Amino acid sequence: MLIRRSSDIREFEVTDHGLYLGRRKLLALGAAALAAAVASKAAAAPLTGVIEGPFGTSEPLTSKIAATHYNNFTELGFHKDDPAENADRFPPLRPWTVEIGGECAKPGRIGIEDLIRPHALEERIYRMRCVETWSMVVPWIGVPLGDALRQFEPTSRAKFVEFTSVHAPNILPGQKTDLLPWPYVEALRIDEAMHPLTLLAVGLYGEDLPVQNGAPLRLVVPWKYGFKGAKSIVRIRFTETRPHTTWNDLQPDEYGFYANVNPAVDHVRWSQANERRIGEFRRRPTLPFNGYADQVAGLYAGQDLRRDF
Amino acid sequence: MKPLVFTLCLLPLAWLGWAGMNDGLGANPIEFLIRTLGDWALRMLLVALAVTPMRQLTGWGWIGRLRRMLGLFAFAYALLHVAAWIGVDQFLDWGTIGREIAKRRYILVGMSAFVILIALASTSTNGMIRRLGGRRWRLLHKSVYAAGILASLHYLMMVKVDIRPPLGHIVILALLLGWRVIKALPAPTPSGRR
Repeated sequence: MLIRRSSDIREFEVTDHGLYLGRRKLLALGAAALAAAVASKAAAAPLTGVIEGPFGTSEPLTSKIAATHYNNFTELGFHKDDPAENADRFPPLRPWTVEIGGECAKPGRIGIEDLIRPHALEERIYRMRCVETWSMVVPWIGVPLGDALRQFEPTSRAKFVEFTSVHAPNILPGQKTDLLPWPYVEALRIDEAMHPLTLLAVGLYGEDLPVQNGAPLRLVVPWKYGFKGAKSIVRIRFTETRPHTTWNDLQPDEYGFYANVNPAVDHVRWSQANERRIGEFRRRPTLPFNGYADQVAGLYAGQDLRRDF
Repeated sequence: MKPLVFTLCLLPLAWLGWAGMNDGLGANPIEFLIRTLGDWALRMLLVALAVTPMRQLTGWGWIGRLRRMLGLFAFAYALLHVAAWIGVDQFLDWGTIGREIAKRRYILVGMSAFVILIALASTSTNGMIRRLGGRRWRLLHKSVYAAGILASLHYLMMVKVDIRPPLGHIVILALLLGWRVIKALPAPTPSGRR
């Protein structure tokens, strides 16, 4: 069983936040250092050994304070400032494991360190466009999702990848309500998941991912609206049929499964033609695929994006 | 009493102004400004609608003299709310503004409430009451109930998922309007105060 029940969550060990984040340092120093780090309970250290990833933008970064205090993370509350305010309700849970299942040759439960460690951490400066018409420019740190997923050897029947977020109603204030069906589930088509733009993020602004941004492990799909980026992922499943996803199930006419950023397809209640970049005064035009059309438009060749919105 | 209530009604606006000058409106200040002004427009409207039930419950006649001022404050906050949307959010892009009003039901509903408030505010002077005549004026000003319903509906319709706050306002509105319905029913017993 993959979703932790409330009784299980207490068994999680709260250990050093920098354990997996300082993994390169730990690797270099060896097992002795690891033991020391676990014992020392040191404060979160900046991520080290991060290389500059591709697809970067030269646009000015959104301020860190805005990117970490203006969030949609409904598990931690339904207002933009709730996630940051309630972040301490969701302590870094270690060991953090992810259940891998479905159409793959090597399913199983894997620790976050083992999921990330085989790959170089990259900083990816991405535009992030929320379905609510605001946007940011955010320096994520993570590994390409495709690289992380290949080790599980998805089969030819794996047409979609489903991501399930943490379910802990005893500590997550949003999950004490039934405003959304918990846990939060998002999904991508397999070619979207394997696309080099798609990032499995563990960090932000050079440091480990803050709780309110989806710690310790989240999805970043920069050409899609932000809600596609599942946070605090505990399960990844390869499926043959299209998974049910939270917002799409709840309001299918407002939140499409694809949710590709598209200025030509309005949300039911508002236009998607423009956006407010956080920190800017005037609205700016929204770009098709959030400006990543050169990289991803080909994925949807022959598809009617008005229908498959 | 009137100057005190007047000052209280100005506090949200004063706070917004102070926060605006001290970087206190959050990461998306324009959205915060518009939402806060809208919240206070609806709250002021509910407070204004509470005047008559309060007067009838307490027997304090002086409360009735606050009604016009409270209604005008509701209009003032609604005006600022709409002006902020048009001026700061849409930046006077009239084409888009027109299309959005026509296309988005929640904006149309909100605008309808605002149009009613314009009519009520512009006929709120003693001169207008005289010119319209008491009966016609009272009939016109009954449309404040419609404005309250439309404004609450506008709030409910724009919310993404957490409908508890708008529902809270709707419950209060229902109590205030329900009170009037009960009062308007013919008194069945001699004990009914009339």
